Amino acid sequence: MNWTPDDTWIALTGALCAMACSLPGCFLVLRKMSMMGDAISHAVLPGLAIAFLVTGERASLPMFLGAAATGVLTAVFTQWITRFGNIDQGAAMGIVFTTLFALGLILIVQAADHVDLDPGCVLYGAIEFITFDTVSLGSTEIPRAALVNGGALLLNLTVIATLYKELRISSFDSGLADTLGFSSGLLHYLLMTLVAVTTVAAFESVGSIIVIAMMIVPPAAALLLTRRLLPMLLLSSAIAGASAVLGHWAALIVPPLIGFERTNTSGMIAFTAGLLFTLAWIFSPTEGLLRRRADALSSADGTT
Amino acid sequence: MVHEHPPDCPLSVHDLTVAYQRKPVIWDVDLNIPEGKLVGIVGPNGAGKSTLLKACLDLIPKTSGWVHIYGQPYRANRHLVGYVPQRESVDWDFPVNALDVVAMGTYRRLGWFRPVGKAQKAIALEALEKVGIAHLAGRQISQLSGGQQQRVFLARALAQDAKVYFMDEPFAAVDAATEQAIVVLLQELRDSGRTCLVVHHDLATVAQYFDWLIFLNLRVVASGPTREVFTDENLRKTYGGKLSLLDHAAEAIRRS
Repeated sequence: MNWTPDDTWIALTGALCAMACSLPGCFLVLRKMSMMGDAISHAVLPGLAIAFLVTGERASLPMFLGAAATGVLTAVFTQWITRFGNIDQGAAMGIVFTTLFALGLILIVQAADHVDLDPGCVLYGAIEFITFDTVSLGSTEIPRAALVNGGALLLNLTVIATLYKELRISSFDSGLADTLGFSSGLLHYLLMTLVAVTTVAAFESVGSIIVIAMMIVPPAAALLLTRRLLPMLLLSSAIAGASAVLGHWAALIVPPLIGFERTNTSGMIAFTAGLLFTLAWIFSPTEGLLRRRADALSSADGTT
Repeated sequence: MVHEHPPDCPLSVHDLTVAYQRKPVIWDVDLNIPEGKLVGIVGPNGAGKSTLLKACLDLIPKTSGWVHIYGQPYRANRHLVGYVPQRESVDWDFPVNALDVVAMGTYRRLGWFRPVGKAQKAIALEALEKVGIAHLAGRQISQLSGGQQQRVFLARALAQDAKVYFMDEPFAAVDAATEQAIVVLLQELRDSGRTCLVVHHDLATVAQYFDWLIFLNLRVVASGPTREVFTDENLRKTYGGKLSLLDHAAEAIRRS
């Protein structure tokens, strides 16, 4: 294996992105709306396309705003359809994001004559190529993707740290939160905004598969390992970061072992997260498969 | 029907109607509740008891009517109100411990952005002591029994230090010891001038626990001091033909 400085940047960017996703992801999982990350990551597509069609260029800021806006709209539409259509939230989410995603595809095909907005790239990203697009900070060249995902992580950290108790109470008991004057609707849309912004930040550089995986898998694994919210957030970030670093490393060393040249880093990162979840599921000291088996055996011994 | 609403009333409800999918759930509810009473809200399943509480607390939209707390619209006097939702309304696997949940009662006074500190934890611990489970403060909430979970909810209400409490079935599926503990707690709250509105299901104990009753079945069938309104006729009007229930209640009337 030949680990270059570029590989360090790729692993670091992956880790920043994964951690940025896992933080709001914890609250999505706790609110039983895990698939919102999936929905929003698909639904930002028409936002990207419309921003491009309106401005006619691939400038980052309008694209970013357009995508973040459609991301939040996904949450709004889902809420409306759930309430007024008398349809459960999962189905409403499915209606909204598939429709928006399809609209995005149609628009992108229209725009594709003029520009290289590649739907494939949108799905699994191009994390291997991030070092071709760098920004100079002093004497060092930093990949733009590292800055963008680092920015998303910083934003999520700041918001969750300042509104920790508000997010906790509105996730646990939205009725009480409302009667205490902490609008659960406002906090819901704030969380959705974080999800949308994080998704869009991750999107361009590393693709949506990491987003979807990192918003659900590390939080779910963390929930198997702890029963407190703060440790859950920390563990979930650690698992997300580890998935990214191990995932990129595995993408470099595993394919040669079985005779292939290379594989997709984004896919490997998401797959590694799945492996880490499996480990947590088997070995968790409280909830794990082994522990449960041992408990069942010892209680069987006790009764006989 | 009352249509005058004295301003010092802890709770006045005027012509309140709530509809869901165009079907009314409660219809033209008009109430004045005096201060310092333990108020039982009774009625059959689907009578709109929880809906009445939620509409009072602005948790669901009203079709018409208004709700005043101590003579002011609910939003203006929200700080005087405490809410104990149904136990099943929250996810008890949520990663918090008993103390965290009780400390939530102090959030209003704490306001936005300020984190929970030592003072809030002390209030929470004191409230847990009052409901007799201070030793379980560090326990993750899924590892509490049903009765203990209900006590956590009541401790949280105590930590809110409200003037008017809305409690949705605090007695549902709790053990006898917890039920007694809750009754004592409610009486203490009343004796210190608080008003508690409690959705209750057990007609056998309703007259014993509450000094004011609201009979609800879509409309208010009767509202008044228990001695005056806990009658065969009101029960029949509220519960219709559900005879087994009525026999149960008749027994209770005889005893009271």
